[in-house]
Order: sequence, then structure tokens, then C-alpha cells
Amino acid sequence: MLDLIALHATRGAIVVLGNHDAAAIGRPVHGMNVQALTAIAWTRKRLGKRHVDFLHALPLSVREDDRLYVHASAATPERWTYVTGRRQAAQCIEATDASIIFCGHVHEQKLYYTGAGGYPMPFQPVPGTPIPTARHRQWLAIVGSAGQPRDRNTAACYALADLARARITFFRVPYDHGTAAQKIRAAGLPERLARRLERGS
Amino acid sequence: MLAPDPGSEIDGFRLGERMHVGSMASIYRLEGPKGPLPLIMKIPRLGAGERSANVVSFEQCRLVLGALSQSPHHPTLVAYGDVETTPYLVMEYIEGTRLDAWIERAPLAPQETARLGHALALALHEIHRQDVIHLDLKATNVIYRASGEAALVDFGLSCHRHLPDLLDAEFHTPVGNWVYMAPEQIAGERCDPRSDLFALGALLYELATGKRAFGTPSTVAHLRRRLYRDPPPPRALVAATPPWLQEVILHCLEIDAAARAASAAQVAFDLANPGQVALTERAERNSRDGVVKLARRWLKARNFAPSAPPPPATDVTPLPVIAVAIATHETDEPFFEALRAATRRRLAAEGGCRIACLTVVPPAAALSDDTPTGRHIKQLVSLRRWAKPLGLPEERLTYHVLESDQPAAALLDYAAVNEVEEILMGPGKEAVQVATQAPCSVTIVRPLPLS
Repeated sequence: MLDLIALHATRGAIVVLGNHDAAAIGRPVHGMNVQALTAIAWTRKRLGKRHVDFLHALPLSVREDDRLYVHASAATPERWTYVTGRRQAAQCIEATDASIIFCGHVHEQKLYYTGAGGYPMPFQPVPGTPIPTARHRQWLAIVGSAGQPRDRNTAACYALADLARARITFFRVPYDHGTAAQKIRAAGLPERLARRLERGS
Repeated sequence: MLAPDPGSEIDGFRLGERMHVGSMASIYRLEGPKGPLPLIMKIPRLGAGERSANVVSFEQCRLVLGALSQSPHHPTLVAYGDVETTPYLVMEYIEGTRLDAWIERAPLAPQETARLGHALALALHEIHRQDVIHLDLKATNVIYRASGEAALVDFGLSCHRHLPDLLDAEFHTPVGNWVYMAPEQIAGERCDPRSDLFALGALLYELATGKRAFGTPSTVAHLRRRLYRDPPPPRALVAATPPWLQEVILHCLEIDAAARAASAAQVAFDLANPGQVALTERAERNSRDGVVKLARRWLKARNFAPSAPPPPATDVTPLPVIAVAIATHETDEPFFEALRAATRRRLAAEGGCRIACLTVVPPAAALSDDTPTGRHIKQLVSLRRWAKPLGLPEERLTYHVLESDQPAAALLDYAAVNEVEEILMGPGKEAVQVATQAPCSVTIVRPLPLS
């Protein structure tokens, strides 16, 4: 997986550091549960030097024109704050003048947008429906997770931003979660991590 | 941006006659090479001193019109300019007569009110099917084409249930036209298609009586009165208002959205089939509700909580009409039972749908054995006998005897006019034509062979 991401990075892909990556290279990350720590310990044993070097070199956030890419809230990327509501979304948006922020960390897809002052409004995107994202507003797109969903839908999440036409489309895509779960079990990792892929929650 | 003069050019579009200058936008006809559609350009009034509402409603209009698929019931969006630099919308110019031309002549004859209302309800159903709610329905936003079809214009306050609602973030007082606004809109609800049905009811009321159901409110207190005060029944103003029309109007004007007709298609159906409207106590009302009822509603209105909006239409079809074609001259009971079984399955799958029982008979002149009325009644009796075992409440069943010597064409026409979701019918040569040409699903029902 990491080799694949590194390959994409050499071709110009934007890659930012996530909390599990930070933990895997030994940085202090608070608030992780037992299953996550077990999985990280497992990962750490399998990382070669080139993997560790690659992860060490990853930035917490990347700014490109009026777009900001970050794993957790842009307000304090290094503290891995979850954007779970309008208050956190407001803090995230206020921390940058980027017109559109792409983040993850929270596993469900969500789009926040600013109105006339006050808190950003939450919107639950409908997969496959393109949403115009006019540049005079600020948008916070939580694109969701590829695997480890929390909404009882086993499909992976992703989003496509059409920069030329200023619009974003969220997607859900099914994948072979059965095999992924089997591999987790075969590796002796916590049962709960496998079951989560199968149940989507 | 100030309103530019006719003759100027924006992004290659040459402005013609200025058709309208309003507080929110100016509208120009476009000149130049004729495309497939006559075009207009709408330019919002922006700049110092103008309301930010103009920008947001411009964006919302672009968002919603851009997402609607082409239909005769709303203008087609052709091009738009950037909100920050040159905001404009180029869309189809809809030729026709605006509804306010009829409002001026109100009260109209019941048939005329029903005809206008039917076309408008079909237009609303079209946008509701696409999960768009207009939320600013008023006489100047409805244009009747020469074909009789209604088109809705000005989607600046509308809401698309699959796109972010930019207006929701913006306003703290109720936005929309206070004359026709639904109670739940006053409470801030912007996701209920039945809000458009309330406005439709208020427009029908005005067409039928020449009076506004709730006056012309100028204060929020006056506006909120409709959360508890019922309007005088149309009959109290125009004594000749038929019970079916009063029933349809007051059904649309129910305070609780959940108590209104379930979809615009059902209102259209009622207006097209006056004889089939299930009459309730509403149809007979001669005066407003008394003090006791009013006091109870007033208390309730102090903490008015709108009913939950129905789920979006693309997820669940809103209470469709299912047509069952019944050949009444047949006496084949196993076939009738198979048709009932198919109908029951449909009812089980779709809790709130309506069943329209149809039969087609040759035109009266072609037969000599009976009077037209006597024959009609016989057919209705047969249809009722067929439907009785279904055990459905009266308001969910309707009966129609269509006169035509081309049964398939008559069924197809009925399905198109009444927004029928599915036709159930027996096999035969008509079935082939209906199945290939129908605007909806067609299920051919056969009895199981006896083994």
C-alpha cells in the first residue's frame, strides 16, 4: 500500500500525513484505542527504512492555489482534531483563507459551507451528484474513508474535485471487503477491525 | 453591478429589450443569431447598497436550474456568468400568459380554476419528482404556454434536496412570498414539497373566489396567523363553488403539511377528475372554525413544530397513482382475481398509493341497446364490484369509464394526463400497444393456469 502511494507521490500526487502514519513512525499521538494501537504495532514491524523515510517526509498539510489538503482539522493539524460538528468546522475554516479544504480523519462524508457570517452549514452529500463550489465561499469537504466506514455502508468513500468547473462530487464505491477482512484475521489483528469492514460500522 | 443598457454585450450575448427591472434582478431579452430557444438574460442587482440576498438567490437559482433536467415546466439554463465578476443567467424565454392575468379576472368558473390548477399541479409534480421544491410560488412565477402547460419561473428561493441549501444559511426571517407561504416555511422548514401544495391551494383559492386566503400580511404577527386561523371557506365568498373544488382547495391549505394531499400528482388527479374527489367535512364547510377549535389551535401554534418532510422523491416515489384496466364485459373470475392479487402486491409495496380502476367502452353513439347514463352506471357497478375485495378506503380508489373505440389510445391518454406510475392490465393486442407506448411501467397480468 505504502509503496503504491509513494509511487503516486513521485508522479505528483499530493500526500499528507495522517494520525496512524504519525503513530507508526513513533510520533506521540493521543487518544488511540487498543485495537488501533495493536494495528500500529503490527504495521511498525513491517515498515522498511524507505517507508519510514517516506512517512517522515510527509507534510501535515499542503496548500495549492486556493485549496488546502489536510488529514484532520486545519486549525491544529498536529493535534488531530476531529471535525465532528459545526463548531469544529468553523474553527477549521477560520484557520485558513483557502476556498476549499479537503480533509479526512472523520470517516463519514460531509460538506460544510459558509453563509452570511456565523457557523458553517453542514450538508450530507448524495453520492454521484455534482455540487458547484463557488470560489467566493469557503467549503470544507470531508471526503470520508476508504474502508473503515461508520455508516453501515461497506463501500469506500472518495470525492472528485473538478477544478476547471468548480464542482465536487462525492462517491461511494464497493470493494472486496470480504477479502480485506479475511486478511486482517489471518494477520492475527483484532477481530473488531475485520468485522467493522464487513458491517460498515 | 448596475443594470446595463440594452445593446451592450456580455460574454458574447447581446442584450435586447429590458423586460423587467426588479429589486433583485433585471431581465433582458437577448438578440442575435437564433438558436433553438428564444433566450433571456437575468442579471442580479449587486453592488453597494444592494442586499446580499440577491447574490445568494442568484447562486441558488443557478444551482437548482443547472441540476434540473429539461422539461416544459421550467426554463432551461443555457449559460451563466461567474458570481464574483459577471453574474448572469441565460435561460429560455417562456412565451405565454402569466397566472396574474387570470387572477385579475377572478373569481373564475370552477372548470377554469380546475384547468389552471391541474396544469400547475403537473408542473409542480415534475420538479418535485426531481427533488426540487419551488418555495416561492406566486401568480407572477407561473406562465401558461400556448399548449396549456404551466411553466414555473424564478427558482431563486427554491431548494434542491441533493444540493446544499445556500439560503438556509443566510436568513433568519421567513423568505418567500408572504401571501402564499406555507405555515412550515414560516417556521423555517425548507425541505417539504407540500409547502408548494399550500401555495397552490392559496392560488386556487384566489382564482375561485377573487380573494386572498390570508390577506396581504405586512408583519410577522399577521403572517403567523395562518398557523392557527383557517381562511373563510370558498363557498362563503362564492356560493356557487362546487364541493369538490372546495375540498381540493382546503385540503391543500391544511395547516399541518401531513394532512394535505400527499403529492402534487394527487392534486392534479383530483382537479382532472372532479367526480372522483373524496368529499370530507371540508367540502361542506360554510364558515370558519368556531372559537373552541381556534383557541386550541392557537395554543398549539405557540410552539408550532412542522411535520417531518417526506423522504426525497428519488429515494421513494411519492404516493403514486396505479391504474388498473378492467374489461368489464369479461366474466372471467380467475383473471379478475389475478388482477386483484397483482394490485394487492403493489399496495403492499407502496403503502399510500391510489388505485384508479379503468374501463374503456365504445362511444355512446355506437350502441343502441341502452341509454348512455344507464350504461355508464352499469360499468361503474362492475368496477366497484371488482375493487370491493381489495378493502381499500374510499379516498384511495377511483373509478373511470373512458369512452373510446380505441381502448389502448384511451388508456395511454389517461396515463399521461394523470401522471400514472404503473398500469396493470390483462394480455391482448391492446396490452402490446400500451406496453410499448406508455409513459410509465406496464404490468401484464395473467391468471395462473389451473393444474
